[in-house]
Amino acid sequence: MEYQAKELFAKHGVTTTLGVVVETAEAAKAAAEKLGGVTVIKAQVKAGGRGKAGGVKIAKTADEAHQHASNILGMEIKGLTVNRVLVTPATPPEEEYYFSFLLDRANRRYLCIASVEGGVEIEEVAKTNPDAVKQIPVDPGAGVDEAKAREIATEAKFPEPVFEQAVAMIESLYKVFVEEDATLVEVNPLARLAGDKLEALDGKVSLDDNASEVRHPDHEGFVIREEEDQLEAKAKDKGLNYVKLDGQVGIIGNGAGLVMSTLDVVAYAGEKHGGVKPANFLDIGGGANAQVMADGLDVILGDPQVKSVFVNVFGGITACDEVANGIKGALEILGSDATKPLVVRLDGNNVAQGRAILDELNHPLVTQVDTMDGAADKAAELANSGKQSA
Amino acid sequence: MSIYLNKDSKIIVQGMTGGMGSKHTTLMLDAGSNIVGGVNARKAGTSVELGGKELPVFGSVKEAMAETGADVSVVFVPPVFTKDACIEAIDAGIGLLVVITEGVPVQDSAEVWSYLQGKDTRMIGPNCPGIITPEESLAGITPHTIAGKGPVGLVSKSGTLTYQMMYELKDYGFSTAIGIGGDPIIGTTHIDALAAFEADPETKAIVMIGEIGGDAEERAAAYIKDNVTKPVVGYVAGFTAPEGKTMGHAGAIVSGSSGTAQAKKEALEAVGVKVGKTPSETADLMREILKAL
Repeated sequence: MEYQAKELFAKHGVTTTLGVVVETAEAAKAAAEKLGGVTVIKAQVKAGGRGKAGGVKIAKTADEAHQHASNILGMEIKGLTVNRVLVTPATPPEEEYYFSFLLDRANRRYLCIASVEGGVEIEEVAKTNPDAVKQIPVDPGAGVDEAKAREIATEAKFPEPVFEQAVAMIESLYKVFVEEDATLVEVNPLARLAGDKLEALDGKVSLDDNASEVRHPDHEGFVIREEEDQLEAKAKDKGLNYVKLDGQVGIIGNGAGLVMSTLDVVAYAGEKHGGVKPANFLDIGGGANAQVMADGLDVILGDPQVKSVFVNVFGGITACDEVANGIKGALEILGSDATKPLVVRLDGNNVAQGRAILDELNHPLVTQVDTMDGAADKAAELANSGKQSA
Repeated sequence: MSIYLNKDSKIIVQGMTGGMGSKHTTLMLDAGSNIVGGVNARKAGTSVELGGKELPVFGSVKEAMAETGADVSVVFVPPVFTKDACIEAIDAGIGLLVVITEGVPVQDSAEVWSYLQGKDTRMIGPNCPGIITPEESLAGITPHTIAGKGPVGLVSKSGTLTYQMMYELKDYGFSTAIGIGGDPIIGTTHIDALAAFEADPETKAIVMIGEIGGDAEERAAAYIKDNVTKPVVGYVAGFTAPEGKTMGHAGAIVSGSSGTAQAKKEALEAVGVKVGKTPSETADLMREILKAL
């Protein structure tokens, strides 16, 4: 979110105004009184187009700040509820620029994008006047030192009165990019204020989850739990790789690619069975023991929309008998909490032993199907009949 | 013939003494790989017994290469140490560097890729199952029991989909199967593998498996149009993936309208690549091609 991006900017010496983050209209009024003068009330959600959605308002007085904040708090922007607003001094820019560093996947390096023509309307500028949007490659090995920052500022044509400030800001923004392990650091608008003062008026930072996990324990603080889906939050607490979707067939599989593929196969099968869809993505990875399987089933069965569950495992490193024992153990752990039919497809390493374990278990909820396509069809069929009887 | 890896490859393992490393070194030995040692600076001079073989532990990749003539290294070290392990292997001039480790910070991968430019090392991964030339050698974690030698070359972003596809086509078998990994920045790409399979006389047809995120499949399609004469069958995972959500692999994310499975499928079909809706349908498409050869 904007205020979090600005905190990271300030930490690395990027000129910006933090403002005050508040959760009530009363606090917004108090903040506006304290700041004095004209203020801007800005919705804090992880979404673009906040201004167009009515989430950014100028307040001439503290009472206006109260009124705007009470309108903005609780509004929905792109499906996200606004729980916080940022109150900042209104600093009308004389000029607006655009600046970002990002990961350039295709070219396997970093890219700097800069434009001194238009900040917030950058996409429009890119269409109508692409020459005004400069793209400057950055070698991850060499990075951005003062000389490179100067080269970027020259290429982007920052005007003379703010040129030196731009060089310093580019160096600082690169620090944000590498020291925080970001995949995107964007300032939009980068504003030239009265008195030729350069300031990051608004910004966005995307962080690399892998790096946050192993190098930046403090990044955990940036996660706003109330914005997360409850089931996703629960899965995260249990260390599961789960994404909630809108459907009726719960999915458990091993390996990201196979699970994605499973979702697709279930969606195709659903076309023949009342349009049922996959309810989630859940990759239990290599270690499909009873506890992981039970945790996964527990999260999936916590989704009231789910009418059947498809467990799709290809035993590569994982042996199918371990997975079968995992399912058996999970059903024991869950007991009467397991209420939805389970379609299981096991293939690969030790498949015969795995299938034998489930055959012997002979659990009323468990159906085994030998092929991925066949099992998807069965799971979709069961979800559809579950939907109709519900 | 095969690509990148064969029975003569001499393999060392960086991180061999760790849990993952020792487990998979044993499995690689089972697969027939010629593992000649491991690297761990703190255990240099010792040896470990894995899969009935006494394997020396060296203090550095350079030393291991000098002592054993190794030309392949498989990396199992934890994510934060992966960058240094890769740079050490590149500095030592290793020919093939297979990075299995999952969860490597993407900027570390970007730095390694930058460091690699102009050097003699081919990197596969990170976050990948590695490479297998069935009945010859395995450098990675792909189960060697799924399928044997045959005419199909396989390149895939995903590990388990590699296994699934090998299983579906076990009646034909594979020249080499390579998992390139699902991270945003990887060493060997679909295009690299396609070029190598095109040049490999043993490979008669190619299966290419992609997934949502980035535009590697689109670029591979453009490459196939101008450079690949062998038949290619494709599969793309993630048609049902929602926008803005990372699906397991760090690189598997649809951003706005880019990176969708549909766009990748269309790009491949536009250059004459048949794309299956499911893994089994993809295998059937390949089977038809192989029958006609």
